[in-house]
Amino acid sequence: MSEPGRGVGELSLRELLRWAWRQLTSMRTALILLLLLALAAIPGSIIPQSGVDSLKTSNWQSAHPKLTPIYERLQLFSVYDSAWFSAIYILLMVSLVGCIIPRCLVYLRAMRARPPIAPRNLGRLDDHTSYVTTAEPDQVLAHAAAVLRKRRYRLREGQGDALSAEKGYLREAGNLLFHLSVIVVLVGFAMGSLFGYKGGVIVLEGGGFGNNLTQYDDFDPGSLFDASTMEPFSFTIDGFDVDWLFTGPRAGMARKFVSHLTYQTSPSAPEQTYDLKVNHPLRIGSTEVFLIGHGYAPVFTVRDGEGNIAYQGPVVFLPLDQTFESFGVVKVPDAAPTQLGLSGQFYPTYAANDPRLPYSAFGDDLDPRVSMLVYTGDLGLDDGTPQSVYSLRQDGLTMLRNDKGAPVRLDLRPGETAKLPDGLGSVTLDGVQKWNKIQISRVPGSRIALGGVSFALLGLLGSLFIRPRRVWVRVRRDDGETTVELAGLDRSGGGDVMAELHELEALLEEKR
Amino acid sequence: MTNTAWEQLSDQAVAMCGIVYFLALIAHLVEWSLLRTVPVDAQVLVTAGSSTSVDESPAAKDVAPVASRARADKVAMFRRLGVLLTILAVAIHFVALLGRGMAADPNRVPWGNMYEFTMSGSFVVALFYLLLYRRFQLTWLSPLVVGFVVAVLMIDVIWLHERVAPLTEALSSYWLVIHVVSAVLATGAFTLAGMTSALYLVKQRHPERTTGYVGRLPAPRDLDRIAYRLVAFGFPVWTFAALITGPIWAHEAWSSYWNWDPKEVWAFITWVVFAAYLHARSTAGWKGRNAAILCLVGLATLWFNFIGINYFSTTSQHSYAAPDQPTMHPVVQTVVPRT
Repeated sequence: MSEPGRGVGELSLRELLRWAWRQLTSMRTALILLLLLALAAIPGSIIPQSGVDSLKTSNWQSAHPKLTPIYERLQLFSVYDSAWFSAIYILLMVSLVGCIIPRCLVYLRAMRARPPIAPRNLGRLDDHTSYVTTAEPDQVLAHAAAVLRKRRYRLREGQGDALSAEKGYLREAGNLLFHLSVIVVLVGFAMGSLFGYKGGVIVLEGGGFGNNLTQYDDFDPGSLFDASTMEPFSFTIDGFDVDWLFTGPRAGMARKFVSHLTYQTSPSAPEQTYDLKVNHPLRIGSTEVFLIGHGYAPVFTVRDGEGNIAYQGPVVFLPLDQTFESFGVVKVPDAAPTQLGLSGQFYPTYAANDPRLPYSAFGDDLDPRVSMLVYTGDLGLDDGTPQSVYSLRQDGLTMLRNDKGAPVRLDLRPGETAKLPDGLGSVTLDGVQKWNKIQISRVPGSRIALGGVSFALLGLLGSLFIRPRRVWVRVRRDDGETTVELAGLDRSGGGDVMAELHELEALLEEKR
Repeated sequence: MTNTAWEQLSDQAVAMCGIVYFLALIAHLVEWSLLRTVPVDAQVLVTAGSSTSVDESPAAKDVAPVASRARADKVAMFRRLGVLLTILAVAIHFVALLGRGMAADPNRVPWGNMYEFTMSGSFVVALFYLLLYRRFQLTWLSPLVVGFVVAVLMIDVIWLHERVAPLTEALSSYWLVIHVVSAVLATGAFTLAGMTSALYLVKQRHPERTTGYVGRLPAPRDLDRIAYRLVAFGFPVWTFAALITGPIWAHEAWSSYWNWDPKEVWAFITWVVFAAYLHARSTAGWKGRNAAILCLVGLATLWFNFIGINYFSTTSQHSYAAPDQPTMHPVVQTVVPRT
């Protein structure tokens, strides 16, 4: 019978909400959400992610002009921050909380509950066995109680001819601990991404760094990050050692990177030293300093057409591959009569079968050389638009060519100077310096996440290996013989109750 | 022994254990082909090693008792031969691993690259199978496991072989031992669970078979339980590998404990799928068939993570899979424009 005013099967808002909540917190929904989460994580492993590798992402975007707008709309370049990915895990968390809290309450009640009364017909259970003995029924039940108690079963006696026993209550506790810990992990993870930061800086050998926003090359703060909480440490790189492999299958590989640091935890603190290595970060307060890369910075002196030094100093070049062939540009806005730009490659160990096609034979700077093209015109630095220090903006520039129309290329060893045509000046390669890429990060909540995941593992072990089971024993006396029925119920879905019943049977018969 | 000698020993041992595994495979194939047309109830030698007399089984008498007695002895012999050869092969397999570790300078654990990891992984699969052989009565798993190990070792030697080389810097950490051992153990358990789940699906589809291999597979309920036990072992170990030691090491090496690196993403996907498997086993409508399919999906994601993802994404920082990249870290990646 439906209430007046509404049709059969029609729900009020309240009922609808309750229905929706039931659906959301059902195991089936949780299962589907889990699978959706797995599915949703896939695109981010195949499409470059701007948060993971921004350079690769922008390269991909320029190579796929048609797909890029579609992908951008679908947030496929930042899958793990996207609305749809967040929706899935937030729904999953709501479902988890909605499922776990009632179960906690049920568990609290069940902890004190006694095992259920023995079913009338034990033979109907899947796992059952029986044997016949001459012992008195009471005696058998007393033995059974002793045996079961020794095996840490909780008992319910006083049912006349039967006995109920149950064990494995901690399985559900483990289960609940696991699910609650997942929430703790997420809290820790969220703290890290909200309040933490990660930044990178390239520091020259001999150069220094102070932990200040302006000193970073790239900086990726959490949305609630507060720059005033940054620890005021500073360091200088006194030296950098690499061990190059000259022989063997991995010849050309570099190992044992050591960056020798002198650091101060604050401007007034004493100086300390630390050998920064891969896998061995330097911890200062709650901030950590990592060595994650290295490369070369050729040192140039550029004289302009009037003979003045228009530029002098090291320029960071970025390595392209394991041979450390590197690319970079030198921008000389102060040159007169026209601004100069150099763009080209650095070869730590120069080699060329064909002089037009040089390459680097080895990563160590055994025979360093730069090979630069020269541009003149407007570098475009004056209009205030940001530009990369690793490329020239080509619009206002012309490539310098010689009389035959071929591009002017400067191939320089350290100490060598090349004159530019048309009295534009000269370029000297003074030497080569090394640089380190230093990553600095603070991840609050990482201990919480670690603690959470450790407790989750503990809970998981409990929920997988503690086997909750119920066992019932019933005795029947006929003609001076006692028939003992044993039945069991596995409540974990993975246990072998039959084996347990046979063991119990053996123990009971032994005691007979 | 010199490093080169150790390396040669390892290479020879791999070839040798491949041959012995192959002989074991043949023995098991003979064993099962002998049983091809024999009804299940005529066979009294279902359990490993225990040779009950044929005469004790009344059912056996109905079906050509003399022939089946001779056949039963043969089956038992080939079964035992297969297992013995597998034990021998596993021992040689171990020598191969030992040789890889001793050949490196300095000595190290033999799982520094894909070749070595595959070798270790297949070793663990074979070892687990032997350790669980009696407990779970795994006679029916023999041809599958041995065939799998032979195939994987062939792929390993043909496509993945690498000379012994020092570790890249990022891998030189004691976490290499803890993280990779747990990953390999979980991989071994998941692989066996996946095989069992596949057999579950076969058995469930042909419950009427009373002869041959499928007829002799354990009941679906037992297969399901064995698969579950293996996952129940593998899942916490995988949790430890992928979600505890992995992030700790990632934090030390790359400055952030979770980077959404493709390998991490797929390790997470594997974790989520096996978590779904565990839930599915206690959810109405998902028990049995769907759970078994989930187990296979989970295993597929695991293997895809190991090999497949390398072909789809090159941003991974797991440098063992991409030896041609700059060894410490692709430094170019995070440099943003600055004026």
